[in-house]
Amino acid sequence: MTWFQKSEVVIAGILVLAMVIIGLVNPAFWSLDNMFSLLRSNVIIGIMALGVLLVMISGGIDVSFPAFAVAAMYLTVKGMIYFNYDGVLLPFVAAATMGALFGCLNAFFVYKFRMIPLIVTLGTGSMVRGFLLGVVGTSMININKMPDALIEFGKSDIVNMVKADGSTYGLTAMILVYVGLAIALHLVLRHTMIGRGVYALGGDPEAASRVGFNIRKITFFIYCVAGALAGFAGLLHSGMIWLANPRDFVGLELDVIAAVVLGGASIFGGRGSVLGTMLGVFMLVMVKNSLIIMKIDTTWQRVVVGVIIVIATAITAWRDRRANA
Amino acid sequence: MGAFILFLKLGPLFHVDGLVMSENFIELRNVRKEFAGVVALNDLSLTIRKGEIHCLAGENGSGKSTLIKVMSGVYQPDGGEISIDGNKVEHLSPMASIEHGVQVIYQDFSLFGNLTVAENLAMNVQLREQRHILNWRRMREIAKEAVSRLGVELDLDTDVEKLSTAGKQLVAIARALMSDARLIIMDEPTTALTGKEIETLFRIVRDIQSRGIAILFVSHKMREMLEISDHITVIRNGEKVADGPTRDFDEALITRHMTGLDIISEPYVWDQAQYGSQPARVETQNLSFGSDLDNINLSVRPGEIVGVSGLLGSGRTELALALFGMMPGYSGSIAISGQETKLATPQDAIHAGIAYVPEDRLSEGLFLTQGIDRNILSTSYEKLAPGLLIDQKKAEDWVDTMIRDMQIATPTGKKLVKELSGGNQQRVVIARWLLTNAKFLILNGPTVGVDVGSKAEIHRIIRELAQKEGLAVLMISDDVPELVHNCNRIVLMHRGAFVEEMASAETSEDQISDKLKNLT
Repeated sequence: MTWFQKSEVVIAGILVLAMVIIGLVNPAFWSLDNMFSLLRSNVIIGIMALGVLLVMISGGIDVSFPAFAVAAMYLTVKGMIYFNYDGVLLPFVAAATMGALFGCLNAFFVYKFRMIPLIVTLGTGSMVRGFLLGVVGTSMININKMPDALIEFGKSDIVNMVKADGSTYGLTAMILVYVGLAIALHLVLRHTMIGRGVYALGGDPEAASRVGFNIRKITFFIYCVAGALAGFAGLLHSGMIWLANPRDFVGLELDVIAAVVLGGASIFGGRGSVLGTMLGVFMLVMVKNSLIIMKIDTTWQRVVVGVIIVIATAITAWRDRRANA
Repeated sequence: MGAFILFLKLGPLFHVDGLVMSENFIELRNVRKEFAGVVALNDLSLTIRKGEIHCLAGENGSGKSTLIKVMSGVYQPDGGEISIDGNKVEHLSPMASIEHGVQVIYQDFSLFGNLTVAENLAMNVQLREQRHILNWRRMREIAKEAVSRLGVELDLDTDVEKLSTAGKQLVAIARALMSDARLIIMDEPTTALTGKEIETLFRIVRDIQSRGIAILFVSHKMREMLEISDHITVIRNGEKVADGPTRDFDEALITRHMTGLDIISEPYVWDQAQYGSQPARVETQNLSFGSDLDNINLSVRPGEIVGVSGLLGSGRTELALALFGMMPGYSGSIAISGQETKLATPQDAIHAGIAYVPEDRLSEGLFLTQGIDRNILSTSYEKLAPGLLIDQKKAEDWVDTMIRDMQIATPTGKKLVKELSGGNQQRVVIARWLLTNAKFLILNGPTVGVDVGSKAEIHRIIRELAQKEGLAVLMISDDVPELVHNCNRIVLMHRGAFVEEMASAETSEDQISDKLKNLT
């Protein structure tokens, strides 16, 4: 495959083109301030997209992660308040672990009962969200109650700038967390046997078990890691917006799946890359961000996301069918 | 042919000398396997000697797949014993089987289309080494070695799904050779290959044999078995019915063993006295379509079975499609029973009494996950529902009649079509068209992938329909014997035109095959 046929290069090309067009329409797009806020918006969707990517490469789909994220986030923040804990590391480990446990639930049903991942994750997502609101509570935890350590962590910037009017802005350090996780997942997918097993499973599950991959181990790995990433992202989100809302992330699955598909992952499984996904996330966030800058109503943003999903899926489906012909 | 070039040297055909053949690699003695009380293998014994090419012949459902799975350790036999290298193996697990050097190349090849050739080749080795971290450089080395062992050239960086069927098969064979195989089991390896690709495959198989690796060639194609193997074992209903060196067999004998019947093939004779005076069912004049069809003048009379042969891309499929209204915009004219008719859509064709059974019946013709009844009735619902509701009683009657007339082997019309054998599936498709009162039946590759017994049965049904009902049939096929035995006339197509017409009675299989070879 020559370099210009690679999906990533095509996506990057489209991305650059879109940036030029948006920049022409609205020169404010290229301001450092806007760029920083754009990158900031990438973090949460991006980390969740990494999990969805993993599931999609294996031939599945995950719509439960927003529920897992919100549950892990809310429970962890509640726990931090209850124990009056003011560290950061342990809460993140806890949130990721919770997410992983929820993910195990998905893996169990997908592997044991050979169920369609869409149905499983629809069910588990609904269950987890319902339990959270019914058993744990529905009240928001506002900035006055939020653990300080979490807020401080979310506030950290890499660079700080001062605008002409005296207000400051900066590039959030959370972007490093996102890039770090992305690199880690890339290495796993590309250079470990279990990573290649995910691709093999997405390519042909029957063949994967015949050559000797442990399908059970791989399935649990996929859904647990996806859950852990969601839980982690959930807690990070609350630190960045200084708020823990148990009704958060509703409808987010559509944005994230759109981003992953936009990044060239195949809905039939077997194809997709971390770099492509990151580009897809950037593209989606950028489009939504531009709509806001252009003062387009939020309801229309839903339309745009829907259109993106359909078109991007159609293109990848067409590509994959041609490859199989 | 794909992206590989052969530079194999053709070794001597057979290495049948005492030294190589004296020892047995695997021996199955009185192996028995039952599934829920149904006997799949009945005290079956089979011996494969080191470095021999052994053919396992049998119809679909005869127990071939079960036997393969016993040898590869997927199934544990309920009785009997297995020895490898003369030592009895107590429990043959899939892993143990691989360790003894048994490799199976399944019909679907078990490859990963989304991964490169290199990765597909190296995956087994790396898994066996229980690696956690992948070494891409070593992977390429492994893959290179695999390809060079086979003596072919393959682009290691191509995704497997971009390869031709033959290319995929080479990857599967190269992968099997990687694991120090001593017996390679090939399940129906020639099904999707062209004549030339089969020749290539046979060269490779012989080359593998010359290294002392035994090959079990599972097939139901007689000519191939006779050409490639040293030894043939025929099984039927889970029992061994014949076993011996290939030189003791011929096609008729294998067929008899496989089916348990004597299948006689007499050429089809058109009843001119009865149907000669009737107008042609279909007559085309200067039928043309772009470069696909070039001034075709075809006439098929009631009771005739006309064969069409030609290379792939000769326009034979386009001819069928045009007659079924799927190539609107043709020039020239088509007359149905003497009346000129415009065939612009399949509905037009069905109305005119034309039926078409496509080449790939599984994907184009049948609803696999539906019952026989619904499949048979799928073209007739309009007639069954004069008002709003379907006449269920009549529907059942029609289905029962068709199942009986077409001799579809099923206890009930509710059985799902995917559970039927290839031959029975083909009958369902034909039954459906007969229900539309078709007067002209177009068959494209009517017995591709159908085993010998069912094939003969389908031929018998078609001939009977033509003879007794006056059905006019256009039979398009690659299978020259099929055409010679079932058609009264055969036309050769090339580059969209008819190049020659022959009466079957005055020609032979070899003549037609020669003519086909000379077309360029």
